Amino acid sequence: MSRPELVCPAGTPAALRTAVDAGADAVYCGFQNATNARNFPGLNFTPDEMAQGVAYAHDRGAKVLLAVNSFPTAGRFDLWRDAVDAGARLGVDAVIVADIGVAEYVAERHPDLRLHLSVQAAASSPEAIRYYVREFGVKRVVPPRILTVAEIRQIKSEIPCEIETFVFGNHGLMVEGRCCLTNYVTGLSTNMDGVCSPAAQVHYDKGPDGSVTTRLGDFTFDCFGPDEQAGYPTICKGRYTTPARDESYYAFEEPVSLNLAELLPQLIEAGVEAFKIEGRQRSRAYVRQVVSNFRAAIDQVLAGQEPHLDDLVALTEGQKQTVGAFGSKKWR
Amino acid sequence: MTEIAHGKPDATGAGPLRFLPPPPLFLLQPILARVARRVAGLHPSLFDRLGPHRTACFVIDPRGLPFVLLLVPDPENLVFRAEPRRREPQSDARIAGNFFDLLALVDGNSDGDALFFSRDLDITGNTEAVVCLRNALDDVEGSIAEDAAGLFGAPGRAILAALRRAGDRRGGS
Repeated sequence: MSRPELVCPAGTPAALRTAVDAGADAVYCGFQNATNARNFPGLNFTPDEMAQGVAYAHDRGAKVLLAVNSFPTAGRFDLWRDAVDAGARLGVDAVIVADIGVAEYVAERHPDLRLHLSVQAAASSPEAIRYYVREFGVKRVVPPRILTVAEIRQIKSEIPCEIETFVFGNHGLMVEGRCCLTNYVTGLSTNMDGVCSPAAQVHYDKGPDGSVTTRLGDFTFDCFGPDEQAGYPTICKGRYTTPARDESYYAFEEPVSLNLAELLPQLIEAGVEAFKIEGRQRSRAYVRQVVSNFRAAIDQVLAGQEPHLDDLVALTEGQKQTVGAFGSKKWR
Repeated sequence: MTEIAHGKPDATGAGPLRFLPPPPLFLLQPILARVARRVAGLHPSLFDRLGPHRTACFVIDPRGLPFVLLLVPDPENLVFRAEPRRREPQSDARIAGNFFDLLALVDGNSDGDALFFSRDLDITGNTEAVVCLRNALDDVEGSIAEDAAGLFGAPGRAILAALRRAGDRRGGS
């Protein structure tokens, strides 16, 4: 049984160090601009911080994977090119890309730089993955979170590259890289600007009864009662009214987080080479707790023991967790 | 799906602190100003993450305590002081939570998103400013609470330890 890599998020240099210290084999992070899919205010790395992060990780035997996983629009390619060049110069161990133009740039200009295909590319068939491997030399693919373990096993048997799956964190129902809900409401794109629900347009209005109404721009998409759990302020997790229903309902998806702890043995057996934890926007406390727990669980599986994790549900969105489509296509 | 059940042992969130008499605010102001200067001096890079929001006015509401805190994280004009609730100042953003949860946040031991999901943390006003502040504080290595407690030597550290134990007993986040 091969030892899968534990790939952990870092939105700040302190989070990177926390992830490495907690047992991450690799840490993924991005620059402070639209070149990555977590382009949130106050988050991410300057080139100097990236250099220091790479040194810290390498000194402790861990890798740094640079997320350049948004999609350039016409006339803006320089930003993505510069991010890739900076990553190569600073010694990152791989670049995670979604756009075929960026993939081609990495393959041509930095042929020795390891290339990973982001979940944002939504490559979900062996044919699509083999194309990326053949054309750009992709070494690892992160498939969208819509596949069952059985499907992952089948795909793995038909592709000539590594496979990495998310095991914990935010769980989007939308096929990654193809969601336009934020763009529709705000004019900014999750996929091209790296901003899902830009914070500048998120508003929370507290009512006298303790309820909280959530708006994105001019659109109200949820109202949490005083004792209800909340989720991220994203349209896909909102509750909506319709004449056909008596009460508001989650039209797309409930606020819920992915937790595949119980599926770790099956995923390892299926040939998954790397496990990814979502949450570059989360705190050091989240990183420390989730990473250390999954580190221990993976090591337990490899030692032939039952994986044991602390209860992480307090860290989950809406205080709920699921194995999602990894368990069944009918998971909703 | 599995869900969490929440126990909220103290509606005010102030725990044993609610039995204390309100301190005269004029005694608090120099302490708070000193704490702010200490943290700013130890971690000057945190202001970079605030970007344009370093001049924003944040009101921090430790629920159950008789005052709110006003923070303007501007290195050129740093403001951190207590204000009576009846004269709460206007702000760009407001962050409310129980004292022990707020302490755990600045101690680097709690996750702001998780507190938001569980409704233990309320945010109103300029969400982007709050996100920037959260990310700036979270990038501070170690514990801001320890930095502040260190200002007051052994008694400060003892008080912080006692507060942490009280927070743990409360089963805080």
